Amino acid sequence: MDIGLTHYLVLAVLLFGIGLYGALSRRHAIVILMCIELMLNAANIMLVAFSKYTAYHQFDGQALVMFCFVVAAAEVSVGLAIIITFYRRRKNIDIRDVNLLKW
Amino acid sequence: MGINIMFWILAAMAVTGALMVVNMRSLFRAALGLIMCFLSIAGLFITLSAEYLGIVQILVYIGAIAVLIIMAVVMTREVEHSNLASPYKLPAIASALAFIGIAIWAILNTKWPTTVIANDMIPPLQTHSIGQLLFGQDGLVLAVEIAALLIVVAVIGAVSVAKEK
Repeated sequence: MDIGLTHYLVLAVLLFGIGLYGALSRRHAIVILMCIELMLNAANIMLVAFSKYTAYHQFDGQALVMFCFVVAAAEVSVGLAIIITFYRRRKNIDIRDVNLLKW
Repeated sequence: MGINIMFWILAAMAVTGALMVVNMRSLFRAALGLIMCFLSIAGLFITLSAEYLGIVQILVYIGAIAVLIIMAVVMTREVEHSNLASPYKLPAIASALAFIGIAIWAILNTKWPTTVIANDMIPPLQTHSIGQLLFGQDGLVLAVEIAALLIVVAVIGAVSVAKEK
């Protein structure tokens, strides 16, 4: 059986699901950040697969993925800065302690 | 056919890397699993005939993001309990499985329009075509400028947040 659009979509859904499980269930803030990166990558696979198999113009999806790269880089730099600051204050990055804004 | 075998190998590597990120007790090994996942996703881009994106994926994700994450892991080494589960483990498994089930059901039951671009219709100079789309006449130049502004603001914000008071 030839590899088609469905295979790539199912793979992306699996990666997104694993990332979702990790982001919801882990305590360590850096692991949550890694899982968010996984979910972004799953979305990128979907975009490239759609732009190959169903697109009217082949490079639209690939251009969108370029912007996803930019957003991922910005997100990880700000996220790690926040994590490092929190670690400096508390000597701990357990996500259950991050409740400063809880009402 | 070679590309089918490549797909299965890369897909298995990507899922294994993702499971390593979630399940490895040591954070450093979780970061190595993340690198394996990124590398196989770059290979998957190449099997989707998007070579340029595959190379940029290796440069940006492995060269910058994964190295940044590993540096953060090494800097916060004294945190004693590493990759543990929170009390919400069961709801997390349930919601992730529900998401996977519903999404796969929807994918398998949708009739996708398949206008497969034949391999000989793909232009040989991909970088040229993407550059035309991003910077050419009625392209996405404004979006590129906004992305550049976004990353400048993010870097300045990261420096000012992480600065020692």
